[in-house]
Amino acid sequence: MTPTGTGDAGRAGAGTAASSLEPLLAAKEIVVFCGSGGVGKTSIAAASALGAASRLGGKVLVLTIDPAKRLASALGLEGIGNTERRVPDDLIRAAGIEPRGELYAAMLDTKSSWDELILRHAPDEVTAYRILENRLYTNLTSRFVQSHDYIAMERLFEIHATGTYDLIIIDTPPTRNALDFLEAPARMAEFFGGRLLRWLTLPYRMGGKRGARVINLASRPFYQVADRILGSQFLQDIAEFFLNFQSMYDGFVQRAESVERLLHDRRTTFAVVTTLEAAPLREAEIFCQELRARDFHLGALVLNKTLPDYLRGRDGARAASRLVSDSATVAESLTDLGEALADPAHTARVLRTVGQSFENFSVVAKREAELRSELAHGPEVLIDVPGLEADIHDLGGLVAIGDHLFR
Amino acid sequence: MTSPAPALLDRRLLFFTGKGGVGKSTVAAAFALLAAQHGKRVLVIEVDAKGNLTDLFEHGPVGFTPAEVHPGVFAMSMNTQDSLQEYLKLNLKVPVLGRIGPVARALDFVANAAPGVKEILTVGKIVWEVREALEGRADWDLVVVDAAATGHIVAQLGAPDAIRELVAVGPVRQQTEWMSELLADPAITALNVVATPEEMPVNETIELVETVREELSVPMGAVVVNRVLPELFTHADEEIFDALREPEPVARMTASVGPGVPAVLDGARLAVSLRRTRAVHLTRLRTTLDLPMLYVPYLFVRSHGLRVTRMVAEAIGEELGL
Repeated sequence: MTPTGTGDAGRAGAGTAASSLEPLLAAKEIVVFCGSGGVGKTSIAAASALGAASRLGGKVLVLTIDPAKRLASALGLEGIGNTERRVPDDLIRAAGIEPRGELYAAMLDTKSSWDELILRHAPDEVTAYRILENRLYTNLTSRFVQSHDYIAMERLFEIHATGTYDLIIIDTPPTRNALDFLEAPARMAEFFGGRLLRWLTLPYRMGGKRGARVINLASRPFYQVADRILGSQFLQDIAEFFLNFQSMYDGFVQRAESVERLLHDRRTTFAVVTTLEAAPLREAEIFCQELRARDFHLGALVLNKTLPDYLRGRDGARAASRLVSDSATVAESLTDLGEALADPAHTARVLRTVGQSFENFSVVAKREAELRSELAHGPEVLIDVPGLEADIHDLGGLVAIGDHLFR
Repeated sequence: MTSPAPALLDRRLLFFTGKGGVGKSTVAAAFALLAAQHGKRVLVIEVDAKGNLTDLFEHGPVGFTPAEVHPGVFAMSMNTQDSLQEYLKLNLKVPVLGRIGPVARALDFVANAAPGVKEILTVGKIVWEVREALEGRADWDLVVVDAAATGHIVAQLGAPDAIRELVAVGPVRQQTEWMSELLADPAITALNVVATPEEMPVNETIELVETVREELSVPMGAVVVNRVLPELFTHADEEIFDALREPEPVARMTASVGPGVPAVLDGARLAVSLRRTRAVHLTRLRTTLDLPMLYVPYLFVRSHGLRVTRMVAEAIGEELGL
């Protein structure tokens, strides 16, 4: 995949890597789980938090973005908005583990997080409500893709600043580009501090409150084109909106810079989650490279939903192949072992199915192993989490994942 | 509206959406390939430029200008900046082309923040290609879109309507009208959802179909269920399988085929329980939605690329009765 990623180097790297998240979760204050969509970030984040609270103690918070309904209800999060909720100890005990610390969980509500942010930074209430009621604002917060990324990081900062928790584990929003949220704080600062925004709102700022509308926009080529495309009213709406927004400039920029600092802090680490499929793995590799290039701390790579090793064994392959080719003979040899095996033709058919199924899954298991061996220099911690056969519908499912994360 | 909607491959614009990781690009590529195999000239558009759509045809990356990646299949990668430039050139006849650059960049920047602009540049280009084809100025028999994921598709397809609400006058408003009409025409357009039989993809699919029906006038096509695991055993088979896992049969089989027998039996048990977990979600999907379902089996193959695209195309072809 990468020029340096020869199979041998990958295997050597994988062999020496630690295979537990425990040291990382014990040492860091913030762990950010990231990866492409559908790889199981949310479950891994929740299992890590549960494991940390029960094995390491302390107050642990998992901040999830969009958990599956049953995972949410397993954490006691059904219908809860932005507030953090303690996961009851008896729920944890029911899953067969003794909680040493306290586990909290929260879901991210983008819209109300934005509203809180506006109320906090606006110079006065009038401006705040003018923004909150602006028809562009609703669109902006719900549709501006990067707004999810930014608000997740913002919430993280907010919660961390309260000093309530020993460890905060955050699941990242599904993004088109997994890197978006890393850049979100910087981009947000750049946006509000940007020359372009100042330029765009300049005529309005110069013209005073209502006089703005008569400023000669037509003299600027940008407005000429924008006006012809969007219509002047729409352009004016946008400008007025940003003008109001700009009153929050200082607060926003400082805040975005603080968020950025926190993500770079040594107390923060990133864990990349992926499955052993070509596309997500390629994205995970790019993600690891980018984290390093931007000087973030890359703590672990979690390989999720992997197939068990026994599917790649030579003995299994040999037995499977012979069960298929010699099914009749083998079936004959079993006819005296009970009523169910009395019909050799039927038994032979089942044996062939069993053998073929093994061969099928072994193809996929080998493909996974090959992709794993191609992993270039991964982080120090490389963890395999086998695919669970059942969905997670209670904390017991998370405990099962946790057993692989804390080895 | 009284005549029934034409078969999927006889429409002109097929969108494919789905939760991340379900194989949306593979299914879109397979539809494009299938159509090309039936003699159609297909344009396939990758909207979220991850750049792996052309891998599925074993072809290098493509840009905004369509390139033939397989006989009959042309691919292009969406880029809102290029789309804006094209729009400016075509519609506004801005005299000095050299001056478009910085202005377009500035507009692109605004487009990041202003609602719907990025979406309209994306969906606008797609629909424009279809209209060009309908009016005989472009050769596409079919436009296949590897569209935004379930989380963004409604904003994207709803952009023409949203813009109309916000923009009172101007060329954009007029143009969004024909876009909405074309998108809403069941003889032309269908939105298809790709899912795998797993909890979250099924939830998102069901929610998306509800939202689309409430908020958009875009007609739904089919749900493509990807990676369906085979049913290994009948009930009678299963009794035999359970009997085989008893110590004595295991010992005897080990004597005749070697020490790998427990692993092989574990492998089959794993296959059965994976299938069973997924069957629940599959049933939920089937019983909740009243849309045609196309099933694509889980492929036990080493490779990815064109070979897999072909296999998926073949499976879809069978499902469509072609």
